[in-house]
Amino acid sequence: MTTYYTKDHEYIRVEGDTGTVGISDYAQSQLGDVVFVELPAVGKTLTKGAEAAVVESVKAASEVYAPVSGEVIAVNSAIEETPATVNEDPLGDGWFLKIRLSNAGELQELMTEEQYEDYLKTIS
Amino acid sequence: MRYLPLTDADRSEMLARIGVASIDELFTDIPERMRMKAPADLPRAKGELEVERHLGAMAARNVPASSVPFFIGAGAYKHHVPATVDHLIQRSEFLTSYTPYQPEIAQGTLQYLFEFQTQVAMLTGMEVANASMYDGSTATAEAVLMAHRVTRRHKAVLSGGLHPHYAEVVETLSRLAGHEVQRLTPDVTAKEDLLTAIDDSVSCVVVQTPDVFGNLRDLRAVADKAHAHGALLVAVFTEAVSLGVVEAPGAMGADIVVGEGQSIGNALSFGGPYVGLFATRQKFVRQMPGRLAGETVDAEGRRGFVLTLSTREQHIRRDKATSNICTNSGLCCLAFTIHLSLLGEEGLTRLARINHANAVKLADAVSAVPGVEVLNETFFNEFTLRLPKPAAAVVEAMADRHVLAGVPVSRLLPGAGLDDLLLVASTEVNTDADRAAFVSALTEVL
Amino acid sequence: MLNRQGRPTAPGAGAANGHATFTGNRALQQEEALIFEFGRTDVTGVDLDEPAPVADRLGGLGRKEPIGLPGLSEPEAMRHYVRLSQKNYGIDTGLFPLGSCTMKHNPRLNEKMARLPGFADVHPLQPVSTVQGALALMDELAHWLKELTGMPAVTLSPKAGAHGELAGMAAIKAAIAARGEADTRKVVLVPDSAHGTNPATAALIGFTVKPVPAREDGTVDPAEVAKRAGPDTAAIMLTNPNTCGLFERDVVEIARVIHDAGGYFYCDGANFNAIVGKARPGDLGVDAMHINLHKTFSTPHGGGGPGAGPVVLSQRLAAFAPLPHVRLDEGRFSLVEHPSASDQSPLGRLTAFHGQMGMFVRALAFMLSHGAEGLKQASEDAVLNANYVRASLADVMSLPFGNRPCMHEVLFDDTWLKGTGVTTLDFAKALIDEGYHPMTVYFPLVVHGAMLIEPTESESKASLDLFIATLRDLAFAVRDGDTARFTGAPYHAPRRRLDETRAARQPVLRWTPPAPVPEAAE
Repeated sequence: MTTYYTKDHEYIRVEGDTGTVGISDYAQSQLGDVVFVELPAVGKTLTKGAEAAVVESVKAASEVYAPVSGEVIAVNSAIEETPATVNEDPLGDGWFLKIRLSNAGELQELMTEEQYEDYLKTIS
Repeated sequence: MRYLPLTDADRSEMLARIGVASIDELFTDIPERMRMKAPADLPRAKGELEVERHLGAMAARNVPASSVPFFIGAGAYKHHVPATVDHLIQRSEFLTSYTPYQPEIAQGTLQYLFEFQTQVAMLTGMEVANASMYDGSTATAEAVLMAHRVTRRHKAVLSGGLHPHYAEVVETLSRLAGHEVQRLTPDVTAKEDLLTAIDDSVSCVVVQTPDVFGNLRDLRAVADKAHAHGALLVAVFTEAVSLGVVEAPGAMGADIVVGEGQSIGNALSFGGPYVGLFATRQKFVRQMPGRLAGETVDAEGRRGFVLTLSTREQHIRRDKATSNICTNSGLCCLAFTIHLSLLGEEGLTRLARINHANAVKLADAVSAVPGVEVLNETFFNEFTLRLPKPAAAVVEAMADRHVLAGVPVSRLLPGAGLDDLLLVASTEVNTDADRAAFVSALTEVL
Repeated sequence: MLNRQGRPTAPGAGAANGHATFTGNRALQQEEALIFEFGRTDVTGVDLDEPAPVADRLGGLGRKEPIGLPGLSEPEAMRHYVRLSQKNYGIDTGLFPLGSCTMKHNPRLNEKMARLPGFADVHPLQPVSTVQGALALMDELAHWLKELTGMPAVTLSPKAGAHGELAGMAAIKAAIAARGEADTRKVVLVPDSAHGTNPATAALIGFTVKPVPAREDGTVDPAEVAKRAGPDTAAIMLTNPNTCGLFERDVVEIARVIHDAGGYFYCDGANFNAIVGKARPGDLGVDAMHINLHKTFSTPHGGGGPGAGPVVLSQRLAAFAPLPHVRLDEGRFSLVEHPSASDQSPLGRLTAFHGQMGMFVRALAFMLSHGAEGLKQASEDAVLNANYVRASLADVMSLPFGNRPCMHEVLFDDTWLKGTGVTTLDFAKALIDEGYHPMTVYFPLVVHGAMLIEPTESESKASLDLFIATLRDLAFAVRDGDTARFTGAPYHAPRRRLDETRAARQPVLRWTPPAPVPEAAE
């Protein structure tokens, strides 16, 4: 089980051919209190970099982009009801969607946790 | 200049503090050759008295509605507005405040917007309403765009009973945005077949009731067919007072209800400013345009109100916003909400019944004029007359006799072959003497 | 004999402590319920006679269920709305330095004029023979707007600034279509500092928005525009003076670049009030510009509208103005309400009727009162006041683009707050306690923690001096570590800070009747 990150602050935690996608702790802290989440339909096929979900705080709205290509196999409907979970536990219960990877090779273009930590130092 | 507090001494002192020798040094970013060398060729300043004389003379060249028997409607209506309304909207703290971006010092505005939203939702039979749009016509165009977002389709069907100005606004915006519009032919007697126009490609059907010819429309069959095809019903009204006695569009299956709120609290004012009403179902609220006030609590747990769901809006979402609208019609919706809270259910229903009764009396009286026919089977306070002559000429001739008789359909729909039709409205302001003047002037000019 | 009528006439020891009141009121600050909580459906504040009985013509479409609308007697209504008004801050309350919004004095003469029956009580569809004065007023307003902007045409009908943007961009789209380039010219360049309405408007009518970054000094670099301009360019939407309070000094060059690429120059005229009488957009290469009558010409903001947004147009866009137009033939005014046969590309109508007449009267009254010289003086005073604030605060707050002259508003950022534990929002809220409306915060987006101050020409030097002293005192308090004064602010407003998160997470957008209390079991 490995977690990868994008420059747009999504993460994907990969187990076999399945990845769990959400936003990083840094992203949730920058957005502020999350008040609304819009999730894609299960079964939707996403290409890497496509808009997968929307996350909104009171004063900001952001798109969540697919870190890799694949089919949406599950979404976390619980965060539609209690968006605060995205702030409280972004890497755990605050996940957005699960995706079946269609091209595992795309993971190589993402950052490891360590690389992401370094990246955060460069932008703050 | 009476509005400018700085004296020349102040100005010199301030320039010195800033560290420049003259005011022009503050304008040096404007390219030298582009700076105006002489003032614009416009008149010199006027005192209050002179301004009053100048504008008073212009005003005197118009015929105010209150000065004559007055029967013009077609989207704007002459009603009596209680003195309290105009006094209250001129309170400094309402008149000179801004959009409530700092809610701690704008609870007055936010609370009345919350009350307004509730009143509009109740009146239209819908779940939620926004804090107003510019007017009924732009609200209608926004409703069509919202229906497109909800259904992800891009074709609107417009009833032939929709106010032609409203239909033209929808057409203009749709053409610019690349959306399709099917506008049915003018439908004077509400006989059009809307149902066959509805199929799976349609995003929304836009139907006005009372329609521009005055007919009341039963929306239920259209709503059912629209819903069966995944389309929305957008219901439109131009006479808000009608909702006092006419079935609410929400009760007839409308998904979005939009209309003109001028009738309640607002002057005719030659067409603006007015106030657009916009209501819909809770489940569509994130696709709604415009400002929304919502309830919350402050740091001490006391109830308060804020603007909310702002991520739909242009100042946050920019090119992905639900609309480019920024302001609403704040002061006009304040006038609406004050007038409606003075009326209450009791006053509004009575006012609506008076309007209806006055229109019925007028319809009965003009029916007796030879050659004149009332075309409506149903109406609220406005109906269509067929005249034996072109209506535009009749209206002019009646105006010469100091009766403002109505709107010739040809003014709204030139070239539609409807030149003999006249839209006539009657509200609570009309007396028996007004009706008698109408009938006698009409008889004379025919 | 001892007179026993004496009473304490100075505050005692306990007087400094606040205490909760039974009512929740705080003297002049009255708590006020919603009309739905105290109004009654069988009460009305409007006396109307019962109508004569008639056979109804509603055809069975009458309302079946009651509406539930509460009514108030006149005294109840008066008190309710007066109390609500007392929870609002207006220009008449005090200095209202809300940058980009131009909260200048609203003369009451203008209100009086707009209410003359000859303007307020005329219907938009009256025979034109009965509204010659109204049309003359529109014509005179148009003349002033054209003269002040140096533009040959104007359309008055747009209902607000954003609606004016729509009209102007729609005219550009129509002009492009008439050139046969509708399918190729689809990109609109929008600087990052633009109002959100600009990209929203462009997107609304099917343009694609391409951002243009601001350069170090807060203005747009024509070279950056040139890099992005080409055969796909429809227009640039440039605010000038821009939202950083700076005049785009390369505006002429930007106009040339856009025109050379075959595009149009849309100018967001929200800040026209800084340059009235000083420069004319028509001389700067502008093709279309809306004018917020509620900003530059002081029609009241009314808590967020109504506004009015006439658009001036260049010669090459004049033919693409939306309907209607006022026309003058041999001393008689008429209204062109429909496209004529000779119109090649009629844009059509963007609103019912003819525009915001009530605002036209107010704006013209404002212009007539000032005259050409007075309008110029107003611009100069607005710019002078903003620069006075800048010069007086430059040593304690941070200016993102250096201490150089600004136009009618001055932009600070939050560099000076870094590490203090006080944010821009906290600082703004502390101003509320001091009796001021805060400046615009967090806009424009191009600087961090923006604070945009627009004092307008309506402020006296004494008023500015007190405002400056207040800001300096607050700035020193920040430095002294008195953070509670900021983070807990406002303390003295009708409400403390409101929970916007809660409002957005569980939206309550209307009053609903409380759930009925179940009857207690016997």
